[in-house]
This record gives sequence, structure tokens and C-alpha cells, in this order.
Amino acid sequence: MSTDKIGIIRTKVRAGDRVFSTSTLLAGSVILVVLAAVAIFLFVQSMPALVAPPGTLPHGAPSFWSYVFPFVFGTVWAAAIALLFAIPISIGVALFISHYAPRRIAQLLGYIVDLLAAVPSVVFGLWGIGVLAPTLQPLYKWLNLNLGWIPFFGGQVSGTGRTILTVGIVLAVMVLPIMTAVCREIFLQTPRLYEEAALALGATRWEMIRIAVLPFARPGIISAAMLGLGRALGETLAVAMVLSPAAVVTFFLLTSRNPNTIAGNIALQFPEASGIGVNTLIASGLVLFVITFIVNAIARFAVNRRKEFSGAN
Amino acid sequence: MTATVTSALPNSLTAGKLPRGTAWIVLASSWLLIGIVFWLVNLADGSNEFNLVGTVFFGTVLFDIAIYVLSWLVEGSRRAKDRLVTALIATTFVVAVLPLVSLIDTVVINGLPGILKPSFFTESMRNVLGPGGGALHAVIGTLEITMAATIISVPIGLLTSIYLVEYGTGALARTITFMVDVMTGIPSIVAGLFAYALFVLVTGDPGYRSGFGGSVALSVIMIPVVVRSSEEILKLVPNELREASFALGVPKWLTILKVVLPTAIAGITTGVTLAIARVIGETAPLLLITGFTSSVNYNLFGDQMMTLPMFIYTQYANQGPAAADFLNRAWASALTLILIVMVLNLIARLVAKYFSPKSGR
Amino acid sequence: MKIARSGALVAIALAGALALSSCAANETTPPLGSSASPLTGTLNGIGSSAQANAQTAWAAGFQTANSAVTVNYDSQGSGAGRKAFIAGSADFAGSDAALSSDELAGKFVGCAADSKAIDLPIYISPIGVVYNVPGVTDLKLDAPTIAGIFKGTITKWDDPAIAAQNAGTTLPSATIVVVHRSDDSGTTENFTDYLATVAPDAWGVPTSQTWPFKVGDAAKGNQGVVSAVTSAQNSIGYADQSAAGSLSIAQLKVGGTYEAITTEGAAAVVGASPLATGRPANDLAITIDRKSAVAGGWPIALVSYMIVCQTYADAARATLVKAYATYVASAEGQAAGAAQAKSAPISSELAAKVVASIATIK
Repeated sequence: MSTDKIGIIRTKVRAGDRVFSTSTLLAGSVILVVLAAVAIFLFVQSMPALVAPPGTLPHGAPSFWSYVFPFVFGTVWAAAIALLFAIPISIGVALFISHYAPRRIAQLLGYIVDLLAAVPSVVFGLWGIGVLAPTLQPLYKWLNLNLGWIPFFGGQVSGTGRTILTVGIVLAVMVLPIMTAVCREIFLQTPRLYEEAALALGATRWEMIRIAVLPFARPGIISAAMLGLGRALGETLAVAMVLSPAAVVTFFLLTSRNPNTIAGNIALQFPEASGIGVNTLIASGLVLFVITFIVNAIARFAVNRRKEFSGAN
Repeated sequence: MTATVTSALPNSLTAGKLPRGTAWIVLASSWLLIGIVFWLVNLADGSNEFNLVGTVFFGTVLFDIAIYVLSWLVEGSRRAKDRLVTALIATTFVVAVLPLVSLIDTVVINGLPGILKPSFFTESMRNVLGPGGGALHAVIGTLEITMAATIISVPIGLLTSIYLVEYGTGALARTITFMVDVMTGIPSIVAGLFAYALFVLVTGDPGYRSGFGGSVALSVIMIPVVVRSSEEILKLVPNELREASFALGVPKWLTILKVVLPTAIAGITTGVTLAIARVIGETAPLLLITGFTSSVNYNLFGDQMMTLPMFIYTQYANQGPAAADFLNRAWASALTLILIVMVLNLIARLVAKYFSPKSGR
Repeated sequence: MKIARSGALVAIALAGALALSSCAANETTPPLGSSASPLTGTLNGIGSSAQANAQTAWAAGFQTANSAVTVNYDSQGSGAGRKAFIAGSADFAGSDAALSSDELAGKFVGCAADSKAIDLPIYISPIGVVYNVPGVTDLKLDAPTIAGIFKGTITKWDDPAIAAQNAGTTLPSATIVVVHRSDDSGTTENFTDYLATVAPDAWGVPTSQTWPFKVGDAAKGNQGVVSAVTSAQNSIGYADQSAAGSLSIAQLKVGGTYEAITTEGAAAVVGASPLATGRPANDLAITIDRKSAVAGGWPIALVSYMIVCQTYADAARATLVKAYATYVASAEGQAAGAAQAKSAPISSELAAKVVASIATIK
């Protein structure tokens, strides 16, 4: 509020401002430090496996990369299946809560969805092997018998239903709450004026959502998908409990021999690993790190291109 | 809408519209139709188990198609599309609700008998071999560890997101955003390994174990979730609000504290409760650093602590002679965990309601 | 806002703490000085999940007798247990395999500078071939047939090799669903060791912790295998007897007769087996005689060890470990463990050797 001399308006530097901005900067730097520490830790622990001579790695793998490749494939494949189910469903549920359901019911539904984020992965695992896999097995048999000519449904159908498709569905259910909750918050933030303007022009509800809500929410939806993907890629115990794994690369969805995920493999092998086996598993963790980074970078790129919709740019 | 209405139908207000309630009638008849089909298939197969899930699912799909066709014939393509999307969104909702209901149902049915036993919240598992015992030690561990993780993560996460949205420009902000993205990808077991290595390095004790170490491991997982969700919400606060505040001469930090945060508080609290919910059920990172115990330990900074997810897993994996007692305790603990988050959620909502400005919604 | 919210959280914490603040009802603190036992402190063990149930019983028995002691046994796995013990982060390890010569050659952080660790066999459990075939409850198999099934060369339940041993039983003409472990485990190691020793021609690969063939379903842990077999018809798997639940366990051809699974049979085979050669003094690693012809014996047995230091760096540690190990090896401890884990108590001759070894711990 102070002006020094005529013609020059200089903002006074307030103590509060300085303290506040410095503390936010510090918080951001803490993240950099933590991440650097984790990265150094991972890298140092991984080195022995990365440079290991052939024949010393677990399962007689000729090199670390040929050891880890099936798991990389499995990780991406399982997460892709999960997101294929979870993205449309979470957007649908979030829209239902934010724009379709009556307000009172919507609040209750939102609340229930939030709760589900708390179900521990052990319970998802128990539910997956005890309830979901036996329920889906007859369906798998039917798909294999009648639609086996579609490459995905071919192969020898699993007798237990503990396939990568079941894992994909379990993962989808696991990430659904967090994705739905984020999407819902974003949809609710759509400026009321945009929506009313669209409706006033005679748009149907869907047209209003398409022209006002979805473009506004697109970066948020991508963010939500990334949060979900982060969980789907890194999920350990549920995958380890539900999947019937084998170190293979296959697109068959319904067989007993499924590609394992990196995190699932770590959970299964870590307890009995020793020596270079431990380094190999940590190195595979490093690979997961890199995968997530690449996926996130792509998502960031997509979001940044739509930055003009952000309110704070 | 005045001169363009050229329909010659008697009532121009209801013309070209499906009568109210048509959707419900179509839905009910689709379900009925599919139900009959399934029933006939059952008769042909000789199996006698009625497929309720299949009926609801395929009935809803049939409804989607039927309502689209019907509406297209009567109301035209735009309305038909609107109805189709409404039907589809309702369908996704049904599809999402089916597994969730099945899950909740499994947990509640199996967990309720255990949780209703008075000993469940007053006893630990020390010296308990068969029935009885409780999860007191695990409840205490989970509450303390998660609380400490929240106290570490929320300030760091929230301040970082404020930095990214309100202050950050240039290379540093880009780097932080990037690093937060990478952090969401740390496998939970690696977070545990990292925390363990860190504490062993700091204390020089290879047998180091404490609940606080677990909190640090959980924070590594929790911080990016907090940053990411609050960042999205803060970005959505309209610039007009900030500009209005600056125009009134309010300093930037007060603008953020009094205008931006209250506007976004509902979304932020949702984000924080989601982040808590995300880590409260973690097992893998706690395996190494918090250890395992059957006894109560109140001290967050020393010795082993039990947590509910660990308790669930060990009760499932190491069933004693009477397996039912162990499974009962496992399910009851799962239900307890959900109840704890439910209470947290409720409180967060009250906080949000109390602090957020009145809006049109 | 942040303060208010964490305030709210602290408030719940306080409310929760108030509600829970009274000590656990089952944890009675003895009045000072009145305890019958002078032992105090915390003992941390990490290791084999096979031992977990028995360790629960031992910890309970030991804590009842010594109320100021807490024993924590964390069943992360045998490999994890040995790693933790070597690094000094566990006071003792539980392991389904004895220390390897490489491990013995290295340094043990928790032990005195010139001291090594010793293996004490304290837990024996029979491993059974579990199956779920509707209408079949008395399946009989010999080692080559089991090898064929688990290798994937016998794929139908009505295969002549199976039918020949089960005259009078109607076997379905269904595909066999094989379920094996997806994690590395001592159970797999002992199962494959049995097949590799008794039916080397049919099995054809050496003993391994990791499942060697690409066949069938894989599941995590004994519980995972048992749930998979329970939920799928015409399936077969292998698991510790204690985890088998309601599943039937195949009878095994031992010598010339078919034997049913018994814990005593497993204990008898282990009792008659020789100690491994080339081990340090007081180390009691056992080489199980898979071809044993002991009457009523069950040769697919798993022996699990308690690994302790010969001399601890910390004398107080040594006293605690010694007292605990003595209780575990006692007849009372073995009976408690066996009842909880449905395992076999070690034979009295073996117990005498274990007690003698424990007496040398310093």
C-alpha cells in the first residue's frame, strides 16, 4: 500500500510473505532430497545385479534385462487392463455423483466410495482368491470355449480363475475409489456459469457435460488416472496373493501361466532371496521406478498441452 | 423456441417427449426379459442356480440399447444421445457398485461377529493361542504410525502444492513436479527398504525397529498423493478470487491462507483422507521397519509395533489349530480398519463443511 | 486450516488413546520384584513361516513363565531370517534350511568376534500331497507317479499310472490341475528333494527352492496353495499338513506299503536320519534320509532350525536366548508347539543332542 515516489510503485516485501514462500520452497526441496536419497539407495543396491556376470542371477537368467523383461511386460499389461476398466467406470461414477444423482444421495455415495479406498490390499487379496476368482472361472471357461479365436481368450483356460484378467479387475476395483474421488472433486469445481450458459443455449445435460465439464476437467482426469496407475503399478500383496504367475510374456488373459508384475515378484521372492538375488529384486524396483516415470512424463505432457483451462495459470 | 415449433400435435409442451417414467418401465422390463432368458437357459442346462449378477448386468445393457432406440424414434437424435449417456453412466455406476458391494458384504459378514466380542478392543494377542485375544496392539500401532505419517506428510505435501501452484516458476518448479510424479511410482516395499536403510545408517543399530520408522516409510508413499491431489484442487481455484483479493491490498500469503485454501478446503481434505486411506492399509513397507509383535507397545519411537494390515496378514497366513478363530480376527481387523477410516472421513467432511465458503452447490 | 485439521486429528488421537489407554486386559504387569523369574527384556526372532505357529506357542509359554520377557517372532521367511540374523538385526533366526557353507564362512554381526552360529533342529512337519477330486478320498500314489503329475507328464486323473495304484476307485477322466508354490520356499525345497532323491529318473532335475517346471497354477504360501486347490475341482498340490484344512492328503508308497500321513511318521524318519557332515561343533544340521524304510515313516518331512550364536557379543542376549531355546527344546515346549502347529515333536534322542548344544551357548 505504500508508494515511495511518484511514478514508481514498489511492492513492500512483507515478513509474512517471505516466511510463507520460503517454507513452501523448503517443503518442495524436502521432496527433492527424499527422492534423491531413495534414488541413490536404489541405484547403489542395484549395481551388483546390473553388472553381474551371466549365470549368477536367479533362475539362470543370462542378463538382468532378460530376467526383468517378463515382469516389465506383466506390470504394464496388468496396469493397462486395470485402467481400461477403471478409467471409464470412475469417470462415469464421478459424473453420476456430481451431475446426475440427487444431492443428498450423491453425498452419501461419495462418502461410501471414499471409504473403499481404505480397504487394505490384504483384504482385496482374500476377496480376489475367495470370491472373485471362483465367480469368474465359469465365465472364463465360456469365453475360452466360444470366443477362443480372439487371441486374448485363447490358450489352456485356468482351472482356478486366478488369471491376469482377475488381477486386472481386482486392481481396477482397488484404484476405483481414489480415481473416482479425484474426478468427482474436479467435476464439482466446474464453474457454475459455464454449465448454466451451456444449458441456457439449449444443450441437453450430456451436451453441457461434453462442452463445459469435460474440457475443464481433462487435466484433472489425467491426474486421477496417474494416481490410479501409480497404485496399480506398485501394488504388491493383492497381486502376489491372487495371480498364478510364471515368467512368461503372453497376451492370453485366461490361462494359469500369467506374466507376473515387478512388485508382485518382489513380494514373492524377497523373503527367501539372498546375496545377488536381493540386488536383482531391488534393481527390478528401480526399473518399476523408471516405468512410472515414463508414464507420468507422458501424462504431464498431455496435461501441459491443455494448460489454458487451468484457473491459476 | 417460439416460431420454430411447427409440430401439429395437440399438446405442444409434451410433444416429442417420452412420457415420464418411461425409463423406469423400460429398465424393469429389460431386467425381467433377461431374467426370463437366464431362467430358460437354466432349465435347458438343468442347473438350478439363478444368475442374479448376470441378469442385472445384461438387463442393464439391454436397457441402454432399448432406451436409445426408443428415444431416437420419439425424441430425435440429440435427446436420444442424452438418454443413452444417462443410461450408460447409471450402468457404470451399477458395474462399479457390484464388486464393491460384494467386497463390503464379505468383510462385514465375516468381520462383524469378531468385532462385537468385547475382548477385541481390550486385549492384545500376548499369550493367546486359540480363541479370544484381540487387536488392541494393532489398533494402537496403526493409529500412532498413521498419525505420525500424516503429521509429516500433510504440511510438506500441502506446502509443496502451494509452492507449485502459487509461487513456483521455472526449472525448480518443473523439477519438483517431475519428482513428485516419480515418487508416486516408488513401490511400497522399496519405501520400506529405504526407511530401514536410513534408520540403520542414522542409529548404527542393525536391529533398529520402531513405529516411527514405519511412519517415515509411509510418508514417502503419502506425500506425492497429497501433493498431487491438492495441486489439482488449488489450480481450480479461479484466478478472479486471487485478483480480487490482491486488488483489496491483501498480501499474497494471506490471500493464499484466507481465500485460496478455504475455497479449496473440501477438495484438500478429501485428498488428505484419501492419502491416509491409501497408506493405512499398507503392509509391505512396514514388514522390515516396524517388525512384528503380539504385545502392546505405546512407544512410537522404540521397539516393534503391530499394525492392523500386518495383523490381518499374519492371522490369515499362520492359522493355528482352530482356523476359525484366526480368520475371525483377520476379518474383524479388516472391518476395524474400514471403520477407522470412516470416522476420519467423517471428521474431514465436518472440517471441510465448517471452513469452506458457502457456494451455489 | 492446516492447524485446525491436524488439531481435529490430534483430537481423535486423544479420544482414541483415552478409550484404549488402559493396558491390554490380558497383559498383566507383575508387581516389581515379585516375578518368579529374573529374566527381563525383548527377544527378536525372524524367519521361517513354517515355524510361525509353533513359535507363537513357544513365545506364549515362555512369556507366561517369565512375565517380564517379550518374545517377538516375525515370520518373514527363512532367507529373510538368516539375512537378518547375519546382519545382527535378529537375536535368533528360524530357517527351513541350515546355514550354507558360504554363510558360515562370513561374519555374524550379533555374535562375538571369533564366534559362528549353530543350527538347532526344533521343528518337524510332514508335507502332504493334497487333492480335490469329487468322490475320491483315498488316493494312493508312489513317488514316480507324483513326479509325473507335478512335472506335467501325467495329465489326466484316469491315467493308467494312477489307476493301477487305485484299483476300486473311480477316477474321473478330467485334466489334472496342478497347483504349486509361486514363492521360493522350504516346503518346495523338501518336496523336490524327496522326488529328486526317490524318483530321480521320473523327476530329472535337482532339488530347488524355486518350482522347477512350467506347469499348472502357482499360488503364494501354503494357504494360497490350499485355497487354490479347495476352489478348483480335479486339482492337486503340496502343502504342510497343518495347512491342509479339510482337503484329503494322498497316501504315499514308502518301501512296499502305502502309508497315511502322520506327524509321528515324519518325526521317526528325521530321528533316524544322520547329521550332516562337515559342520562346526555343536551344529545339528540334519540330512533327511528320503529313502528311509522306518515302519510307518513319512519321508516328505520338513525340518526347521533355530539358528543362534555359539557366543553372543552381548551376554544378556545370550542368557535370554539360552533360556528360550532350552524351553523350546524341552518336552513341554515341544508338546505345546506341536499342539499349536499340528507338527511333530522332535524325538527324545534328538532333543537330548539339542539340549547338549544349547548348554554350550555363551
